[in-house]
Amino acid sequence: MSTNAIAIENLRSAGRPWTETLHEWVTTVDHKRLGILYIAYALFFLVVAGVEAMIIRIQLMHAHNDFVSPQVFNRMFTMHGTTMIFFVAMPVLFGFANYLVPLMIGARDMAFPRLNAFSFWLTALGGLLLYFSFVGGNGLYGAGNAPDVGWWAYAPLGAKAFSPGHSSDFWTVALLVSGFGSVGTAINIIATVLCARCPGMHLGRMPLLVWLNLVMSGMVLIVVTPLTAAQLMLLVDRYLGGHFFDTQAGGSATLWMHFFWIFGHPEVYVLILPSFAFVSEIVPVFSRKPIFGYPVMVGATVFIGFVSMSVWAHHMFTIGMNSYANSFFTITSMCVGIPTGIKIFNWLGTMWGGRIQFKTAMLFCIGFLFQFLIAGLTGIMLASSPFDWQLSLSYFVVAHFHYVIVGGILFALFAAFYYWYPKFTGRMLSERLGKLHFWLFTIGFHVTFDVMHIPGILGMPRRIYTYEPRPGWEILNLIVTLGAVIQAVAILIFVWNLLSSYWKGAVAGNDPWDAWTLEWSVSSPPPAYNFATVPVVASRRPLWDQKHPEDPDSRYE
Amino acid sequence: MSALTIPITQPPRPWVLPDRGKVAMASLIIAESAIFTIFVVAYLFYVGKSLAGPTPSQVLETPVFYTICLLSSSLTVHLAGTFLKRGRQGAFLSLWLLTFVLGSLFLFGTAQEWHRLIYEKGLTISTNLFGTTYYSLVGLHAFHVTAGLVMLLVVLVFGLAGRVQRDQSGRVEVLSMYWHFVDAVWVVVFTVVYVLGR
Amino acid sequence: MAAAAAAPDSPLSSTNIFAPATTPAKTIFGLSMFVLAVTGLIFVVVAGLLVYSLVKFRGRAGDAGREPAQVYGSTQIELAWTVIPVLIVAVLFLATARVIHAIQDAPKPAAALDVTVIGHQYWWEFRYPKLGIVTANELHIPASDPAHPTPTFLKLLSADTNHSFWVPELGGKTDLIPNRVNQMWLDPTRPGIDLGQCAQYCGTQHAKMLLRVYVEPPADFAAWVSAQQQAAIQDQKVIAGKHVFETTSCINCHAVSGTAADGRFGPDLGHFMSRGTIASGAAENTPANLRLWIQNPDAIKPGSLMPAMKLSDEDLDAVTAYLETLR
Repeated sequence: MSTNAIAIENLRSAGRPWTETLHEWVTTVDHKRLGILYIAYALFFLVVAGVEAMIIRIQLMHAHNDFVSPQVFNRMFTMHGTTMIFFVAMPVLFGFANYLVPLMIGARDMAFPRLNAFSFWLTALGGLLLYFSFVGGNGLYGAGNAPDVGWWAYAPLGAKAFSPGHSSDFWTVALLVSGFGSVGTAINIIATVLCARCPGMHLGRMPLLVWLNLVMSGMVLIVVTPLTAAQLMLLVDRYLGGHFFDTQAGGSATLWMHFFWIFGHPEVYVLILPSFAFVSEIVPVFSRKPIFGYPVMVGATVFIGFVSMSVWAHHMFTIGMNSYANSFFTITSMCVGIPTGIKIFNWLGTMWGGRIQFKTAMLFCIGFLFQFLIAGLTGIMLASSPFDWQLSLSYFVVAHFHYVIVGGILFALFAAFYYWYPKFTGRMLSERLGKLHFWLFTIGFHVTFDVMHIPGILGMPRRIYTYEPRPGWEILNLIVTLGAVIQAVAILIFVWNLLSSYWKGAVAGNDPWDAWTLEWSVSSPPPAYNFATVPVVASRRPLWDQKHPEDPDSRYE
Repeated sequence: MSALTIPITQPPRPWVLPDRGKVAMASLIIAESAIFTIFVVAYLFYVGKSLAGPTPSQVLETPVFYTICLLSSSLTVHLAGTFLKRGRQGAFLSLWLLTFVLGSLFLFGTAQEWHRLIYEKGLTISTNLFGTTYYSLVGLHAFHVTAGLVMLLVVLVFGLAGRVQRDQSGRVEVLSMYWHFVDAVWVVVFTVVYVLGR
Repeated sequence: MAAAAAAPDSPLSSTNIFAPATTPAKTIFGLSMFVLAVTGLIFVVVAGLLVYSLVKFRGRAGDAGREPAQVYGSTQIELAWTVIPVLIVAVLFLATARVIHAIQDAPKPAAALDVTVIGHQYWWEFRYPKLGIVTANELHIPASDPAHPTPTFLKLLSADTNHSFWVPELGGKTDLIPNRVNQMWLDPTRPGIDLGQCAQYCGTQHAKMLLRVYVEPPADFAAWVSAQQQAAIQDQKVIAGKHVFETTSCINCHAVSGTAADGRFGPDLGHFMSRGTIASGAAENTPANLRLWIQNPDAIKPGSLMPAMKLSDEDLDAVTAYLETLR
């Protein structure tokens, strides 16, 4: 018997004035709606940052191209990176966490619904501030536009002397504001997970998605805040005459680097952990087996959380640290690959002996597994500091991290979309369009990012608006651009699938995938209150227990 | 599908989870500690590296009295919370007010010290590395004290209006966690600036 | 000068990290091959297992309703696939640490050549302190004989933002960071020209902060040194141009020994014509390019810090002619 779905159902049955619906959405404190707001926000910026990427790729198609000026190009790569990390990846992952965590732990909402809304709107404001720079970046001195200092804003490039006007301030303040939003959401997730689980759900019975988001949130607390601190220091330098990063006054440019990367490296683990979460929920369901080695997966996650805080200076291997420092960061960076590798093996172990169903969500997970494996291995190459002395700051690194972020995180996100869209909307996404999206995007991804490693090996640095026609550079850059075009087409197909399935997709029902976690026990979409009665659980897969009362998990855990 | 229940053969143990306010405040404290840590690291990194201008040993005077004020306010706020839990409104309010006064005294002391440093010793945030790191670190702490005082005042006003009872002792405790944090940070800042850094 | 793979001073010379020409570069190359081999092997094994599992355990039509054996884990397997990666990491780390030490802690022989590199937005300043030479953008160093090594030790400084010295075939890159002194060394054995460019984003014209390294047989290098050590040529035929040069703001940024010009903000021009390119590799050193550069630098390198000098056509011709004499 279906409990009544409220929110989205009403959107479909017209008759209410749109202003009322808009007001509901703007003032909502419901974690499910906020989740969708985060996701929609992120999708919009995905397209914007994608356009910025296309501008970069078109400019780099030929040597000495003049599609855009160097000033515009430098703004493009700065905005592309900043937008993708802070206004696409973080919001979309927080969006999914927001929607799913309370449902998966049998709670009715997050611990602090109003803080939840506040955090979302702070993040949204951050994005608006960043993009307002295109219009308002011209300060009193007429200098400045969108920020063009790279998404790391290395000192002293970000100082007033080298970055007059207000473009860098928009970067700083936008991220400061959205950083508070991120910390707010992290606090909320932690409080929810620790304080709102349904009876019987010990920490050892939580779905891995919940574990991974808990560790991710803990990381956010101590990882985003160093960036906040560094940005406050930058503002002191820029506006109060401070000297934190003023090399003329004895300040240190490398101090900014340390502070930034103490944020920047764990940040990418903040982004990958929720992606692991998606894969850890989806692969078992489509292999028809429980996750292999649940306790090890939890332990590996926590271990990654800690070790990832000790590797940051592998982004700084070229700054002239002594051999002991370089060796230290080499070994920690290689060590963090161990628990990550263990996770890949556990996913493999989950599929092993299963009955794999190749639904679109699973296809994206499989792509994730291969691609994340490769990305991890190029990461090991970069961790070897002398090898990094050649590879660093080149297109090899750009290829590596896009392999992780696009080939890993984005693929996992696509899987999450195909898997949970039915739950969010009550409709199935088209499998036909989904498979087209998958194959087209995979081909485009590999054409771009496999090839992109090679210019790096051939000596092409990053962040250059044009290049000399060195042997191989032009043809390789052209191929990379071609792959980007293919990916853009695939994304358009995906967006079309999202929109058209909302109205024309097959009705999903509660549990289209025959899955085992609590969100599949309620209607699609869930009612505003999630659960009519708070569930009581006795194992990690409460719905398996229900569907297989003769052989419940509780007997084996 | 109706709500999920699984037949249980024995009555479930009482299901008690931590208080969300305390968990949230603890998380906030962890996040804030990270911010302070970065400012402390910058301070320590730049000790002795100023190219010119006044040095710590030349201009700093250890603020013993104001430190005692701030640290005792931790004691008073703790006692206030205990009294509230026992329902002793009067004691709670007096100690809460005393906490507010002690905290304000500390802020006044900081202001006084800054006035002396700026106008008598010529040390500003832009003078040199010491000036930048000193005012930033102590200023960040003072900002957190101010925020704490505002919250203390809000509770004080509600308390004087009779609206803070035993039922609210959990929330009061969460706020006093924050206040203890502010004091703990001062212990660190004091050690770094007035002991190690000189 | 022996030619590199392609025409020596053409932009088509290769900058391949897998074509090492110095000891550090070769050591890195050896390590890279080892790391590639190990990671390649890991890839083949794990990807192979993934492919195998996808094929062997794919669901078939008759499966509906039947679930496979619900396996929760295995301590032994977990142990195995923890221990093996730990061992692999240990091996990789030890190989790496050896190379780090060999390159970074290499002793400096007495016969080493010292060059100070100062990074600017968007050009390279090269000083040879013991030889009294200041030049820009194109580095000349002697080829090193393995029997009697004469490596070049570079001291890396910056006048403004962060830069990075990267000539791939001569070694890994090292950053130039303001208020910090870095060091690197190279000992190329084979004469030729090696190309590179700034690798750390330093501002608008980061892309055109190019590098050339001329590796010369010792005799040629000595000849270059003595030519550079001469004071700038004073050619009477271009006295008009020299006058323009000395009475406009050129002298605030540039230096030419024996004249009033002693600015250090821009490249030293005393032996300007000994360089194959101008604007740090952005254009060939031809009279036409030189004239255009002085007239409107943004036409060649938009955003560079050289201002358009706003000279009249005659003055422009005169000063170009003057600079053309500074061999």
